[in-house]
Amino acid sequence: MPEIDLAPLKPAIENYIPLGRSGLLPALHAAQKMYGWLPQEVAGEVAKILRVPLADVHGVIEFYSLFYNEPVGKKIIRVCTDQACALKNADGILNRLCKQYDLEPHQTHSELNLTIEPSPCLGMCELAPAVWTMDNGHSTVGDGLSEVESPRSLVYGQNRLLTANCGNGTTSLDQYGKYSALEKAKSISREEVVNEIKSSGLVGRGGAAFPTGIKWEGAMKAHADQKYVICNADESEPGTFKDRILLLDDPHRTIEGMCIAAYAIGASKGYIYIRAEYPYILPVLENALTEARNAGYLGKDFDIEIRVGAGAYICGEETALFESIEGKRGFPRVKPPFPTTYGVFGKPTVINNVETLCNVPLILSIGSAEYRKIGTEKSPGPKLFCVSGDVGKPGLYEFPFGVTLRDALEMAGGVANKKQLKSVLFGGAAGAFATAEHLDVKMTFEDLRSVGLPLGSGVVMVYDETRDMRDVLKRLGKFFAHESCGKCYPCQMGSQRQMEILNRIADGKTQAGDFIRLQDVGWTMTDASLCGLGQTAASAVLSAMKIWPELFKDEGGMMKDEKESRKSKVESRVSKAPKASAKTVKKAIVKKKVSKVSKNNVKTVKKATKPKATKKKTTKTPKKK
Amino acid sequence: MTITFSLDGKEITVEDNATLLDAARENGADVPTICYHDATTANGLCRMCVVEVEGQRVLQPACIVKAGAGMQVQTRSEKVIRSRKTILEMLDSTMDLSEAEEVQTMMKDYSADVNRFPDAKRRESPVIDDNPMFIRDYSKCLLCWRCVQVCADDAQYTFAINFDGRGFETQIGTFFDKPIPETSCVLCGQCAAVCPTGALKPKREFLLEQGMTPQEISVLNTGRKKRKNV
Ligand SMILES: Cc1cc2nc3c(=O)[nH]c(=O)nc-3n(C[C@H](O)[C@H](O)[C@H](O)COP(=O)(O)O)c2cc1C
Ligand code: SF4
Ligand code: FES
Repeated sequence: MPEIDLAPLKPAIENYIPLGRSGLLPALHAAQKMYGWLPQEVAGEVAKILRVPLADVHGVIEFYSLFYNEPVGKKIIRVCTDQACALKNADGILNRLCKQYDLEPHQTHSELNLTIEPSPCLGMCELAPAVWTMDNGHSTVGDGLSEVESPRSLVYGQNRLLTANCGNGTTSLDQYGKYSALEKAKSISREEVVNEIKSSGLVGRGGAAFPTGIKWEGAMKAHADQKYVICNADESEPGTFKDRILLLDDPHRTIEGMCIAAYAIGASKGYIYIRAEYPYILPVLENALTEARNAGYLGKDFDIEIRVGAGAYICGEETALFESIEGKRGFPRVKPPFPTTYGVFGKPTVINNVETLCNVPLILSIGSAEYRKIGTEKSPGPKLFCVSGDVGKPGLYEFPFGVTLRDALEMAGGVANKKQLKSVLFGGAAGAFATAEHLDVKMTFEDLRSVGLPLGSGVVMVYDETRDMRDVLKRLGKFFAHESCGKCYPCQMGSQRQMEILNRIADGKTQAGDFIRLQDVGWTMTDASLCGLGQTAASAVLSAMKIWPELFKDEGGMMKDEKESRKSKVESRVSKAPKASAKTVKKAIVKKKVSKVSKNNVKTVKKATKPKATKKKTTKTPKKK
Repeated sequence: MTITFSLDGKEITVEDNATLLDAARENGADVPTICYHDATTANGLCRMCVVEVEGQRVLQPACIVKAGAGMQVQTRSEKVIRSRKTILEMLDSTMDLSEAEEVQTMMKDYSADVNRFPDAKRRESPVIDDNPMFIRDYSKCLLCWRCVQVCADDAQYTFAINFDGRGFETQIGTFFDKPIPETSCVLCGQCAAVCPTGALKPKREFLLEQGMTPQEISVLNTGRKKRKNV
């Protein structure tokens, strides 16, 4: 391997030195941009320059799937194989690309300098199939055949308040006009602003549906020398793409929302934390921030910095997001303390979803009373729905709360190809399945809750009658096993065990006891996990088990558990069964692996013994033809 | 100041900054813990200590949650037992618990089935013997984080170890998996002292187990004192 020239590194990351540890992710991004990946020497130098312990830098690189500690191609093609794309032949596209270049997924072609990877949801579900390519730092998106700079926005709805400026390219500040809602906010007291948000009944659109006004009030009342406002634009929930469109087409609405939040709680600093899979939004955001600074909205008592994630769904969880901004592995924290008193850097923080923030200027402009006329009494306001999968017209739909699922599907062109509806995944991977039985349920928080469906981030993923739900579940299992941070035991091991059982079911190799086993794992994750990821990692699976118990039966159509359940109670108590067998097998495996180990090659040791889901990379030098 | 709340249906009174774990232990209720240790900041990650608190959607980690006046706490509800048992069964299907005696006892207490997860992927790696002080056998590691914590700001401020991978594939590791002597490790031995599973073990103990005699060991360069004498 050629010597690595470390000289240009320091100038490239010098700006981050004042940030200290918090500059670690930006510095690693910058370093990876220069070197293509993060070799040991580079990681060591970053550690030295930022004065972060070496082991910690390594830990951070290992955590985020878009940081590479092994060589990858200058060009990386990522094919989304998640829910919506799977319905549009994502596996076929991945296979075709791999074949074309004679590669396996995750492999690097050293001559072509090319890596091909499957990817979790890329947030382009309505345009599925989605492929994201990074070629020497230049990003394009496409469907595996053609590529463009940034994805199109397909936006629909009759009375578009939140998406008024969406669907026709980026809205400049000139087009957006004055931040009149901010001016209105500043003409009244902080308390009055908070009260206005409280009376509007706005609740968070990021998934947890927490009342925004109460959150703001908490942070407003907290005493501290410094407070923060954070816009959560991590948007990694499979099936969700609304924030991508809001930020790309109308960045000023979010920025104005953040400015109003900052005024209300007394924050001087803001962050927009955006997932790395949306690089095409960065120049748009940078430009909008500059426009806002030039117009005097930012830069005086409040300013905003953009932070880019690095491939970790968990970093959308608010406390994991704080850790990530602080330059750490994205481990969620235990709550309490809550962000409003102890957020990023231990300071009072308001964190809101992009869509939540986009509601804020609207509320201030028309007033909370007028705002409450939209939607229903308990779910006031407009709501964005990310409709994708087997529908005629996938896209972003703005409806007032209260539209039924039937109406929504009708407006979205119905089930594609005149097929019948099998199911709708509501709320994303962390959501639950609905069936035709739920078509007349109104899409409000309260109506959905009453039938056990979470609204989540507004995902409506449609599956037609021909779809094999076992394949859908298998992908859900893979998603959570891949994205679990590994902090708490129920989720760390449960997501893995859940994936294994779902794989068996999809492969028709169900084992005796799998139904109850899957349920116990699911309930344990739901009840005992530390954060929302684990608590919802089995939500869709458990709902599927209720709706389609037959899917979990073996080929004979018999639920093995029917026999098993009666026995198992007795067995579990007496089972001193041959544990030795597992142990013997294990020994044999270890032995075989150790024999492969060459003493002076630590890398090989690691690879041979610990294949990682998160960092699975191999290099391939093609045979000379 | 003291507060009164209900623990398993019994009114009890404790200091107002007591955790539910403190309260339970003072009052003879058995709440199992794995990750919790007096010397380290409680992270609430093993979730063995979870209890059911009325009004809370999910189970609460007793090692962290403070007792509050009027709380209704169940330490052995059906949900609690199911979670603990399943966690234990998943642990056993994942790593080598042969030297984790406390966990073994819990397995018995909760009638955990050692064959609950057939064909489950295990976390396995060869024993790493790269320094004179301790060996690292991460097949036995149950990721309690204690070693990382004492190595970092809970005690030593050495920051020699951190994590490889994430999720199920997590393992404790050094910078690019370098051998311990090439890291900032000062061989203080605190990690081995807090390890509950034999994953980190003083070299001497390891060698005795391997069948060496104390005499044979003494001629080897093990341990910190020996090193200083050299
Ligand atoms: C695993 C996980 C991922 C999440 N991802 C996001 C996300 O991408 N965007 C978001 O706004 N909220 C996400 N959330 C919810 C946040 O934790 C938090 O509730 C939200 O940002 C608060 O903003 P809101 O009140 O405006 O919804 C996620 C939660 C969990 C548990
Ligand atoms: S090596 Fe020991 S102390 Fe460290 S995390 Fe594993 S079990 Fe805990
Ligand atoms: S002892 Fe409470 S979570 Fe581990």
